[in-house]
Amino acid sequence: MPKDPTLKKVLVIGSGPIIIGQAAEFDYAGTQACKALKEEGLEVVLVNSNPATIMTDANIADHVYIEPLNVPSLTRIIDQERPDGLLPTLGGQTGLNLAVALSQAGVLEKYQVRLLGTSIEAIKKAEDRELFKQTMQDLNEPIPLSDIVSNLDQAVAFANKTGYPLIIRPAYTLGGTGGGIAHNETELLTICDMGLKKSMIGQVLLEQSVAGWKEIEYEVMRDANHNCITICNMENFDPVGIHTGDSIVVAPSQTLTDKEYQMLRTAALKIIRELKVEGGCNVQFALHPFKCEYIVIEVNPRVSRSSALASKATGYPIAKMAAKIAIGLTLDEITNPVTGKTTACFEPTLDYCVVKIPRWPFDKFVTADRTLTTQMKATGEVMAIDRTFEGALQKAVRSLETGVYGLRLPGAATWTDIEIENKLKKADDERLFAVAQAFRRDWSVREIHQISQIDPWFLVKIKGLVDFEAQLEKWPVDEEVLREAKVLGFSDYQIAKIANISTQLVREARKTYDILPTYKMVDTCAAEFEAATPYYYSTYEEEDEVRQTEGQKVIVLGSGPIRIGQGIEFDYCSVHAAWALRDCGVESIIINNNPETVSTDFDTADKLFFEPLALEDVLNIVEKEKPEGVVVQFGGQTAINLAAGLREHGVKILGTSLEGIDAAEDRKKFEALLKSLGIPQSEGKTATSAAEAKAIAEELGFPVLVRPSYVIGGRAMEVVENVKDLESYMETAVRISPKHPILVDKYIRGKEVEVDAISDGTDTLIPGIFEHIERAGVHSGDSMAVYPPQTLTTAERETIVDYTLRIAKALQVVGLLNIQYVVDNQGKVYVLEVNPRASRTVPILSKVTGVPMIKVAVQIMLGKSLAELGYGTGLWPETAYTIVKAPVFSFEKLTDVDISLGPEMKSTGEVMGVDFELSSALYKAMTGAGMKIPTSGTLLVSVAERDKEEVAGLIRDYADLGFKIIATQQTASALKRAGITVTTVNTADHSLQLLLDQIKDGAIQLVINTPTRGKVAGRPGFRIRRAASEYRVPCLTSLDTAGALLEAIRMIRDGNPPSYQAMGSYQDGNSAAWWDKLKELAG
Amino acid sequence: MTHGVGTKGKGPAAYLLLEDGTLYKGLPFGYRGGSNSGEVVFNTGMTGYQEVLTDPSYAGQIVTMTYPLIGNYGINSGDAESVRPQVRGFIVREACARPSNYRSEKTLDHYLAQYGIPGIAGIDTRSLTRRIREYGTLRGAIINQAAREEGWEGEALQTLRRGGRVNLVELQEQMEASAREYWTEQLKSVQKLLVAGPHLVRSVTTPQAYVIPGDGYRVAVLDFGIKENILRMLKALDCHLMVFPADTPAEEIASAAPEGLFLSNGPGDPTDVPEAIETVRAFLNGTAAPLPIFGICLGHQLTALAAGADAYKLKFGHRGANHPVKDLRTGRVFITSQNHGYAIDEATLPKELVVSHRNANDGTVEGLRHIHLPVYSVQYHPEAAPGPEDSAYLFDEFIANMAQRTQKALA
Repeated sequence: MPKDPTLKKVLVIGSGPIIIGQAAEFDYAGTQACKALKEEGLEVVLVNSNPATIMTDANIADHVYIEPLNVPSLTRIIDQERPDGLLPTLGGQTGLNLAVALSQAGVLEKYQVRLLGTSIEAIKKAEDRELFKQTMQDLNEPIPLSDIVSNLDQAVAFANKTGYPLIIRPAYTLGGTGGGIAHNETELLTICDMGLKKSMIGQVLLEQSVAGWKEIEYEVMRDANHNCITICNMENFDPVGIHTGDSIVVAPSQTLTDKEYQMLRTAALKIIRELKVEGGCNVQFALHPFKCEYIVIEVNPRVSRSSALASKATGYPIAKMAAKIAIGLTLDEITNPVTGKTTACFEPTLDYCVVKIPRWPFDKFVTADRTLTTQMKATGEVMAIDRTFEGALQKAVRSLETGVYGLRLPGAATWTDIEIENKLKKADDERLFAVAQAFRRDWSVREIHQISQIDPWFLVKIKGLVDFEAQLEKWPVDEEVLREAKVLGFSDYQIAKIANISTQLVREARKTYDILPTYKMVDTCAAEFEAATPYYYSTYEEEDEVRQTEGQKVIVLGSGPIRIGQGIEFDYCSVHAAWALRDCGVESIIINNNPETVSTDFDTADKLFFEPLALEDVLNIVEKEKPEGVVVQFGGQTAINLAAGLREHGVKILGTSLEGIDAAEDRKKFEALLKSLGIPQSEGKTATSAAEAKAIAEELGFPVLVRPSYVIGGRAMEVVENVKDLESYMETAVRISPKHPILVDKYIRGKEVEVDAISDGTDTLIPGIFEHIERAGVHSGDSMAVYPPQTLTTAERETIVDYTLRIAKALQVVGLLNIQYVVDNQGKVYVLEVNPRASRTVPILSKVTGVPMIKVAVQIMLGKSLAELGYGTGLWPETAYTIVKAPVFSFEKLTDVDISLGPEMKSTGEVMGVDFELSSALYKAMTGAGMKIPTSGTLLVSVAERDKEEVAGLIRDYADLGFKIIATQQTASALKRAGITVTTVNTADHSLQLLLDQIKDGAIQLVINTPTRGKVAGRPGFRIRRAASEYRVPCLTSLDTAGALLEAIRMIRDGNPPSYQAMGSYQDGNSAAWWDKLKELAG
Repeated sequence: MTHGVGTKGKGPAAYLLLEDGTLYKGLPFGYRGGSNSGEVVFNTGMTGYQEVLTDPSYAGQIVTMTYPLIGNYGINSGDAESVRPQVRGFIVREACARPSNYRSEKTLDHYLAQYGIPGIAGIDTRSLTRRIREYGTLRGAIINQAAREEGWEGEALQTLRRGGRVNLVELQEQMEASAREYWTEQLKSVQKLLVAGPHLVRSVTTPQAYVIPGDGYRVAVLDFGIKENILRMLKALDCHLMVFPADTPAEEIASAAPEGLFLSNGPGDPTDVPEAIETVRAFLNGTAAPLPIFGICLGHQLTALAAGADAYKLKFGHRGANHPVKDLRTGRVFITSQNHGYAIDEATLPKELVVSHRNANDGTVEGLRHIHLPVYSVQYHPEAAPGPEDSAYLFDEFIANMAQRTQKALA
């Protein structure tokens, strides 16, 4: 069937901010979809609140709305745009839920918008537990004993009938939010209570546990002509019981016979046929390990994280095909883009093994519960490909960038046997290493299997790797041993560590023996047909398939897995770098290992190497491809960290020199540089003992900012108010010693300002300045920020521009740099830090200011000057509209984590609010971030001692708006003193519980709580914050955010609902100066 | 050029020699006591190696699996497509030594050793596949270094008797060189390797007729090397199965009073079984009373040849579980299991036969249908095993044809 001719304009819903359970995979899917729709000649309207995405680039869709994703905003947009169809299956659970909500609100019917891809009925059949059960029963597909309950009594009754363990899953949530496994009644009540609150429809599913069965997934597709195909099947290393997003996953399945494989395949196709999905669908099964018996666990009638993984694992672009099918094409009408000749209606076959490992945020959230359950906790994932399972596994571990090489976890040797057994039984993020450690202690495959229920096939492989370590210890540079080691995925560094020799020796031995990797192609068809896509992975075999190309080439290093502090923004940068190179006529080569991203799409760069971002792996590719140089500015800290090693091996780093990078990153050198430039920096010193730290703090004067000397993303960083807090910090948060010094900096109270700039070493262009809403002390990634700045004086602005230009010149920056400043109350500007690379704010600034920052930076790296490119030096004209960037957190997924904001970054994603009025932009950013903005009701206030005076004015404003104020004792006295009517609540044990119940029951609409000392989990403040987060009551931990919210509340109360416009329309309002600049460049 | 990946120096090696002179070095598994030769073909299925090994259509062939990890779930008695492995040799990247599946009874290594079939592991099977893709199907030999058949042991004995010392390394090198020379010579000739000819079907057909009783339609099954799952599926449809050897004449079949005729899969070139073509022709041209006929794979080719069409050899065949086939009546595409080296030349089809199914990748004929008679055939394997079960509906059609015939007879 050809494309439906009645479809002319299609609305695509994106997935919004990155949160746990919904990461970059939907930018990948959505971008592919928009491109595919445009390819078919359709007009595409896109709505997504996440500005760090490729899909919100102006050229991806015809009308790009960076607006909140909710029913009112989408209704307005539909009214304006009048699309013929709505494609909801590419925006994750967010997209699907919105489609259902729009349909229920009658919006789709009113505007005659057709739902494409999946019907509301199919969505309901897959998502509504009762309908799902009914559908499966009708199909004669087995599901576990289960019941839908909407209150706790029903839950207990069911449990009494079936026994424990029971799995609890709330209806309509993503990433399994609020789910869990209950082994007894107490656990059942706790989890159910939460689940009922989390569910959009107040229902949870209780089901008989099949924990320990094999977990198998199928990615299937169907078109309107009933053609059904499987793209990929996958087997979880971790048996049922752990969310698939938190499981190590292998593709294809390894331990299934053809009978089992086909049995599940047939079931998956039967289900997609019944649901009449036109597009992609994911079906999860539990397969009995000792019987020919299975059950259907879950069906997702949309593109998902698993389908992104399947796309990268097979080379088959599921999202692209899903979009084409949704508008009426059939699979057999589409050519397989990988081979360019065969049909897309076939089943990919792999001739390699793929391993995915999740990336968890426990390095940032040290207090979080690390146990893995049915509620997903990982922020991202890595994937590796090899011709052996061992090779893929070890490459994947290396790609995680957790400082672990291979299966030896530092510290694992000190685990007791009991600890190992616990880790095997109740899995956490370290289970893989616990398995290896158990083998090192001569535990048997059988024992480990019995405890962990991991399939012996995987265990035998791990045992093989552990056994091989013994050979490496003895004969690390024996030719045959070394050859075998490489086949098994051991890195040179890892071999050197095991044998206690230098990496240099291993490397040279390997080169002498001519043991070099070969690169094979991912081609969807196991070499049966010639393929056109240059998508490669390394393995140690005979034949190398890389097509040698002539001409100028440049390697762009990607940023690896999504983690807190290094998110989708850097993928945006890598992708744009590849595109910019292509535009400049230079061949672009991307190296990355994150299957969720656009950068690892097969047609983003001229060549893609799906490899770990470790020095050896990158060097191997450099030696193969012999590029002009390597670009390290766009892949976040991952890429920057590789710069020194690459240079040491004679590889040219394009852009800012290594010396420049070092001068910015090395604290001492940087201090000296600023001193020589006469630019003030917050004073600070290094302490190697507790006494010294105290002395320094007293000398500088409190408050001080303390942190360990080598930190990433502000880990364990805190603002300390007095000696007592400093002592407690040194006792609990860090271990101080001459080897592990801590840094003590004067904390400057003031507004924080962030600048991104592009420099050619002489001239420096500043596309824009961001002003943070929260005062200094909150990590820039967690702050709300406004562009253009609202409160900076002309003098302050000029100083910032001047400093930026001088620093860029002094560091001889070629490309991008990011500087964070703090402006104190006297208007004095201090430098906080300089990052000689693309920052988190580059995508948003590029979109908002119209300056294609990455492209300009790439052109400069290739030798152009800003002057030649038509950009001057200094600040780019400001826009007429204002934008607010707001962070988004995933605290609901991570229990035991303090939600208060501080110098340590906690957010997983961000949204943008844009409007001509600041208040509207604030409102949009806040609603876009998922906050339910209360316009009336009860406000609970509890602030730290230092904030007691300041808070009064703010609370009076809330009271004037009609909020009923309740406050904890001391805050209440402070407010009373200021003449505010307030109800005092007690936070002693019993009363605290009553207060928490009030939050739970929805009697409180807003919480303002500034923490005294964060990390103590039992304290009342902590518990209030957690309760608010879990029951979705807005909880503000900074007075500045509370002030901003007030603006937004006033705006709605004034009855001025914001308008929603495409980015192009906002730009139409820009100044003549802005347009002149842009035109000048175009000309 | 010697290939060898991750093959540790210890123990004897095995070699894969191709007719174009390419030599791969690997590790022996399965039967280590001898060498074997055949036509080297690749199969792209990711599961189902046991079904592949036991499929009689692979007689005369050495099979390589494109998926690198083979043997993961072992070998079990329930998944065999015939009583023994039928391939001449097996080439893999990695042969799993410790399989994991509750039905596993033995390892791949043990199984092939038991039936005297040499295997070779540690081969860059992707490069081998690419070679086959470029060159076309090649003849090849798995040469076992440990094998004694080329008189290597005798060589050592003679040296000793001459009073010389046996230098094992030197001797091994000599033996390797002479084995290579021997096999290079052998690989030049199709005849010498016996990779084609009437003996292939003869080696896998049933030596005598037998019956699998059932309560339903009486089906004559002409066995050219039938897969067990075809019999299972016909049996599941209650058929009374009368299985005949490949060379059974039409009269003999007719005398058993069948209600339908099934033509099975089988190895090799359809022109190598002229007597079967005659048999089928008799049922098409009215010499014997017409019957509903259903042919699969070789059975499909024989149907076409009996009607006057020609077959030709594909460059490297279709072997795997992911081949898209379009049903031209509905426009629907089914993913099919395939294993064939020959195809029917569409240009030579008589007007009574129309193309009903076509390969969605290369457009080759995948199914035929007689315009007057209840006769149809498919090139692929609706019985799956290994592969997708999507096409099982084709068996129902056979039953329906027999039902219709009975109704007509009654009317």
